[in-house]
Amino acid sequence: MLLTNLPQKSNGKITGLTAKGKQRRRLLDLGLIPGTTVVAKRKSPSGDPIAYLIRGTVLALRKEETDLVKVSL
Amino acid sequence: MGLTAESSGFNVLNKSFNIESKNNKPVIALAGNPNTGKSTVFNGLTGLKQHTGNWPGKTVTQAQGLFIHNNQEFILVDLPGTYSLLSNSTEEMIARDFICFAQPNTTIVVTDASNLERNLNLVLQVMELTDKVILCLNLMDEAKRKNININIEKLQKELRIPIIPTIARDNKGLHKLKETTYKICNNLIKVKPTKIEYSEKVESAVAKIVPILKANIGQISNKVNLRWLALRLIEGDKTILQAIEKYFFNNDLSIDQIPEGEVQTNGVNY
Repeated sequence: MLLTNLPQKSNGKITGLTAKGKQRRRLLDLGLIPGTTVVAKRKSPSGDPIAYLIRGTVLALRKEETDLVKVSL
Repeated sequence: MGLTAESSGFNVLNKSFNIESKNNKPVIALAGNPNTGKSTVFNGLTGLKQHTGNWPGKTVTQAQGLFIHNNQEFILVDLPGTYSLLSNSTEEMIARDFICFAQPNTTIVVTDASNLERNLNLVLQVMELTDKVILCLNLMDEAKRKNININIEKLQKELRIPIIPTIARDNKGLHKLKETTYKICNNLIKVKPTKIEYSEKVESAVAKIVPILKANIGQISNKVNLRWLALRLIEGDKTILQAIEKYFFNNDLSIDQIPEGEVQTNGVNY
């Protein structure tokens, strides 16, 4: 499933990125590598962006980014 | 020292990066992720002997300072805090261009020891670009507080670069950091970082591109890392062509003036 749909407070494992080019590079640089554990921490009031715990750091990611990240529960 | 003005990218230093290295003082670059205590390391090494300005033509702060070790003066240049050298934000391009074209005599990468994994991305990228790298494991006290134990010996075997644990806030480890920098600059230790190997497709493309680069820019700069440049071209990174034009040929081209790459990225997932 997409990272966007990862339920709040649950853990997922990144299985792949569909992002291309610069955006892909950026996501990889921030530590979103296949095999990485992510936790959906909290939503902003509008539901976008969402804060995720990734490799010991909380990152706020927009839907346009999380739509390009595949995770498994 | 065995360094001449020409070999240390002296002209480029002064013109493009606002760094004046009189009497061939070694130039040390300080790289690192944001929030790793890089500025604390910078202040700990230079004390009050520092001044700030901007990178030429950019609204990004540049700090540089001096430190003395074994009666030798070193110029320390604080690069912008970045997660990468490849995603092409202004800050990342400054850091990349400085390490690639200004050819610092040593690059220190400051990392957060309590969050090492995500920091190693930048370390590996710097290792790919230059051999003269020191890994500074800062915030060791934070790591201890979080019960994180780092097997420095094993990490050193993996990366094959000097690793110095520091607590910059308490001035711990900085002397050893200076000593190691001194040794690298004076060729008392030779660093040969672990080479990152890619798939056969990428490697064979690199093998084809490097000679072409050598023929075209080899005479201008024998120091720039052609393998690394080739990898950037395979990625289709036009900003690196822009940088080559700027630093080697003094042509300031806009990104639209850069021709689309001829590199066939067959099979490279990019």
